[in-house]
Amino acid sequence: MSHLQSVIHPAGIQAALVSHLWWILFGICTFVWVAVAIAALIAMRRGHRAASVDLPESRIGRNVAFAGVATTITLIAIIFESVVIGRSLNTLKAPDALRITVTANQWWWDVQYENPVPSLRVTTANEIHIPVGRPVGFNLLSNDVIHSLWIPNLQGKIDLVPGRRNELWLQADRPGVYRGQCAEYCGLQHAKMALVVVADPPEQFEYWLTANRASAPAPVTPEQQRGKDVIEKGPCAMCHTITGTLAGGRTAPDLTHIASRSTLGAGSIPNTQGYLAGWISDPQSIKPGNRMPPPGLASDELQAVLAYLETLK
Amino acid sequence: MMAREEKKPRLVERDTRLESDALGRERSLLDATWSNGRGLIAWMAETDHKAIGRRYIVTAFGFFALGGILAALMRIQLARPENTFLSPDLYNQIFSMHGTTMMFLFAVPVVLAMGVYLVPLMVGARSMAFPRMLAYSYWMFLFGGIFLYVMFFLNTGPDNGWFSYVPLAGPEFGYGKRADVWAQLITFTEVSGLIVATCLVCTIFKMRTPGMSLHRMPLFVWSMLITSFMVIFAMPSIIIASTCLIMDRLISTHFFNQAEGGDPLLWQHLFWFFGHPEVYIIFLPALGMMSEVISTSARRKVVGYTEMVLSMSATAFIGFGVWVHHMFSTGLPQLGQSFFTAASIMIVIPTAIQTFNWIGTIWTARRLQITVPFLYMASFFFIFIIGGLTGVMLASVPLDRQVHDTFFVVAHFHYVLIGGSTFPLLGGIFFWFPKITGRMLNRRIGQVSFWLLFVGFNLTFFPMHLLGLDGMPRRVYTYPTSMGWHNLNLLASVGAAIIFVSLLVYLVNIIVSLRHGVVAGENPWGASTLEWATTSPPPPYNFAPQLTVASSEPLWHSELAPPPIVGLAADKREVLVTYLLDAEPDHRYPMPGPSLWPLVAAVATSVMFVWSIFQAWGVVWGSIPIFLALVGWFWPTKTKERLEQGVRGRMTVSESLS
Amino acid sequence: MTAHPRHDVALDVTEIPTFGFGHRSLLWWATASMMIIEGMVFAMVIVSYVYLKGRTPHWPPSGPSPDLFWGTLNTVVLLASAVPNQLTKKAAERFDLGGVRLWMAVCLVFAVAFNTIRFVEFQHLNVRWDTNAYGSVVWVLVGFHTVHVITDFLDSSVLAALIFVGPVDEHRFVDVSENSLYWYFVVLTWLPIYAVVYFGSRIA
Ligand code: HEA
Ligand code: HEA
Ligand code: CUA
Ligand SMILES: [Cu+2]
Repeated sequence: MSHLQSVIHPAGIQAALVSHLWWILFGICTFVWVAVAIAALIAMRRGHRAASVDLPESRIGRNVAFAGVATTITLIAIIFESVVIGRSLNTLKAPDALRITVTANQWWWDVQYENPVPSLRVTTANEIHIPVGRPVGFNLLSNDVIHSLWIPNLQGKIDLVPGRRNELWLQADRPGVYRGQCAEYCGLQHAKMALVVVADPPEQFEYWLTANRASAPAPVTPEQQRGKDVIEKGPCAMCHTITGTLAGGRTAPDLTHIASRSTLGAGSIPNTQGYLAGWISDPQSIKPGNRMPPPGLASDELQAVLAYLETLK
Repeated sequence: MMAREEKKPRLVERDTRLESDALGRERSLLDATWSNGRGLIAWMAETDHKAIGRRYIVTAFGFFALGGILAALMRIQLARPENTFLSPDLYNQIFSMHGTTMMFLFAVPVVLAMGVYLVPLMVGARSMAFPRMLAYSYWMFLFGGIFLYVMFFLNTGPDNGWFSYVPLAGPEFGYGKRADVWAQLITFTEVSGLIVATCLVCTIFKMRTPGMSLHRMPLFVWSMLITSFMVIFAMPSIIIASTCLIMDRLISTHFFNQAEGGDPLLWQHLFWFFGHPEVYIIFLPALGMMSEVISTSARRKVVGYTEMVLSMSATAFIGFGVWVHHMFSTGLPQLGQSFFTAASIMIVIPTAIQTFNWIGTIWTARRLQITVPFLYMASFFFIFIIGGLTGVMLASVPLDRQVHDTFFVVAHFHYVLIGGSTFPLLGGIFFWFPKITGRMLNRRIGQVSFWLLFVGFNLTFFPMHLLGLDGMPRRVYTYPTSMGWHNLNLLASVGAAIIFVSLLVYLVNIIVSLRHGVVAGENPWGASTLEWATTSPPPPYNFAPQLTVASSEPLWHSELAPPPIVGLAADKREVLVTYLLDAEPDHRYPMPGPSLWPLVAAVATSVMFVWSIFQAWGVVWGSIPIFLALVGWFWPTKTKERLEQGVRGRMTVSESLS
Repeated sequence: MTAHPRHDVALDVTEIPTFGFGHRSLLWWATASMMIIEGMVFAMVIVSYVYLKGRTPHWPPSGPSPDLFWGTLNTVVLLASAVPNQLTKKAAERFDLGGVRLWMAVCLVFAVAFNTIRFVEFQHLNVRWDTNAYGSVVWVLVGFHTVHVITDFLDSSVLAALIFVGPVDEHRFVDVSENSLYWYFVVLTWLPIYAVVYFGSRIA
């Protein structure tokens, strides 16, 4: 297994706490299971053999009561442990945190890096970069149905509920690439609503953030220019945004820096030239039912669009 | 009207009616009175609780097979990464159908059905209370299930999971009629479940044979009583939920529409306030069966009768206070969540007490007999316990927020549902099969089937824990190769194939034994409760004479045999109504005989239910035939006769024979 | 086995009655079960009302509260109907056929009056079911109750017809008694609903 999405391979403090809790509960439960299984086996052996060994009812009653008390004590310990860990998870919020708003849509994630200055905000989709060692607070919204944001190596999930705002706090302690996935069933393509989380060292993260504040670079070659034209005049612009161009639709992922992202279709396929071409010419065969209609581009138009999108680093 | 002073029953000496030839004559008269005749019409008019219980069980197993086939399709799809065996749309319908079928058309009806068949026998009654309502409930169940599958084959099967969360299932995102079909199926099963629960409560409270005070009731009867109360208190919540959902979809109410002041989470609260008790509704009757089988195998009373009863009641009671543990990741306030963690974990205690009592019972057995039913029950200690323990893990908020909606949860609930309910149920069927059919199931085949199931089950569902921990969400129609989940999934699919084989073997056993099984006799297992004190299968009137009891194991204390009952009419369907607490005789009560009206009314109700998902006015127009059917049903047919009899006093057996 | 041992004595039930009123009758328990079920239904809708109210800044979100007059009038009518209802029940338990006929008829008149006023009442709720969630829950509260009144009215009419056409035996009287019990239930459940619908939006 890749452990890209594993509860017990934590890469941040929150997930580490929960993983710790898991191992404690796992230990207790294994012990209880073994004890019950052994008791049941012995009981069957004895019951099968001994025709006569009559324990007085009061002895059995005492044993049961003893086991009951032991159970209760164990349970109280479990509740205690669970509540303590829950508390400490809650204290990991920080005022200087990076704030990111994630808005879920059927079946992709809209990601917005908050900043009091509007021009310094960054919008992207299906891929989140975070700085290592700094708490991140997510504001979570939904545009349609209930989804759930879950990045197991970093933190437990929380739902994105239309009409409500939820928060999720996490912190990556190791640089790396982690995978997250929508965890609440949200319809046809719930299975292909993933996201990539990249935890970068702080400088690298700042570099990424600055780069992503920029508008799309102007096309250089005529082919790229043609691609831009196709996008602006064709159906693409109705749904997608490419800042600095006429494309300003808000119902589909922002494409301003599409070329810098590692997947397409919310984690459905790798972002390579070939896959990108495949996606644009027939998105429905890759992720059936997704909201992108085949744009119906002629093959030269497609080549032009690909050439242009290439440049959107 | 006549003067009415209350007469008490009295003890008579050596009633001559209990001499064997008089008894023989009484029995043939009872046969004539209680027999429902043959042929299609008689079949449709059937009201005998045993016939209906049998139908319920067979039908529910039919749905089990359908749900299992759907599960097999899912397992084929998931066996390989990026598989295209099922389209996403079909997969979504299939997992929804699987969950809905298993919960609403298999697990709940089948455990209630065991009660329908067994409870009147166990309490020594001649019939179940309200046999016609019972028949109606069966038809509603059957028509609901047929409706669901017809719609599924018309590509209109539910596709929002077995809990149909809004807004996905709401008017805006739930296209077509799929969500309505789900909601209306729920209505069908509510109606039938509530009626069965009511009949069971009335039977248990008011029709126990004299001497069977509450503390002498078999534990299975207790479990059915408590379960029935859970049904009665829990189902109203889903009635409201599904009605509001249909209204949101059909007449634009806004219960769950956040834009107009509604709230999607209201749905979750309403659903789980029902949904959690629902899982214990499935679980408690199985515990009752466990107690009966373990006690029989161990040839002793279950340790701690009172604790067992209190534990089941406590489970039922606390079960209403834990529903939020299904909603830990919705972002509810933390303080409230801690309460639900504590409640969910505390509910372990009653189950623990029962587990320990059973182990104590087995420990002190008088030569434990390891029969096939016992094997099924004993696997509880290995399988269910795993599920229970993962339940404890899930009750912890931080951990649940990691594994909620993953295959870890899928593993949990199959371990508890199958380990805690289906295994005991299969054991129970094995155990009562001789009573129901008169023949034993084959022991060897039974063992093969059991071990296949045991191995197949663990192969299928144990790997799911690991998949969940490694991040595999539930309800995904496929997963990327790069995640590395395929080996464990393949293992699970292989396991599912073994389960399939094992159940086929079970089915073969049934088919073979129906014809060639060893003839059982009255009490092949040497059990202690009243259902074993009559022929196998029992006559339509269950007992002649009706027996009274003086202990909680009447068949194990024959030296104390209490007096049987005489004076119940044999020329009409008469039952004895007794007092709630101590089951002293209260009055004799006539039971209605077979009738086609329940079927007619069920057809009318079904038409209205189906109509109403297409047109709101269907509710109004469709109600008219229901009303007419009900009038026809309750309009007395032989009032004159009854009146005369009432005046003349009752015909006794000897009179009617002369 | 022990199934049919030879007994020296038998319990003879020939002399015991063939019916019983109140909790002694099976029907009473079925009615009780139905009342719990429906009581729970009402309780869940009331809980939903309170829940939705708690999530909405203004309640009612728009428009005025329901007019008090018609709802209150209906409450009075409903409470008053308890009198003939009680008399019906008592008459049935005395096996007084004349009394049952008389008071059942009076009860039916009350039910008709009630349903008529209810029709007007709906127009004065000052909100439609499809206006907002508030309107939905108010309509469902009053609507569910109305469904009960109507079904009980139909029920009682059929029973009354039986009582008038006859013949009548003891079980019929038990039926009448249970029917009255159920009407009490319909009356009693209205009171919390009335309080919630008419004052839930007036009291903060
Ligand atoms: C038969 C049905 C059944 C039973 C009996 C249980 C029993 C329990 N369940 Fe389970 N549950 C389901 C059926 C059932 N469940 C279903 C169907 C779902 C999922 C629905 C869905 O999402 O589709 C679910 C989901 C579910 C969740 C939500 C998970 C999620 O969606 O994230 C939780 C969380 O708290 C939970 C907890 C528990 C607990 C604490 C018990 C306890 O009652 C268990 C008690 C028993 C034991 C613990 C074993 C015996 C005890 C001992 C041997 C004593 C010693 C023990 C200790 C010291 C610990 N269950
Ligand atoms: C009691 C309830 C119950 C039972 C018995 C089962 C039984 C099985 N379930 Fe269950 N399952 C659920 C209740 C149940 N399930 C629920 C509630 C869900 C959640 C749905 C949702 O998310 O909404 C679920 C979801 C679920 C999933 C997750 C789907 C997903 O999230 O994507 C999977 C995946 O493997 C699965 C597999 C299986 C398998 C392989 C069996 C096997 O054990 C099935 C075995 C049965 C057969 C193979 C039938 C064979 C029968 C015969 C041959 C006739 C025999 C006749 C007689 C014995 C008389 N189930
Ligand atoms: Cu979004 Cu599942
Ligand atoms: Cu639960």
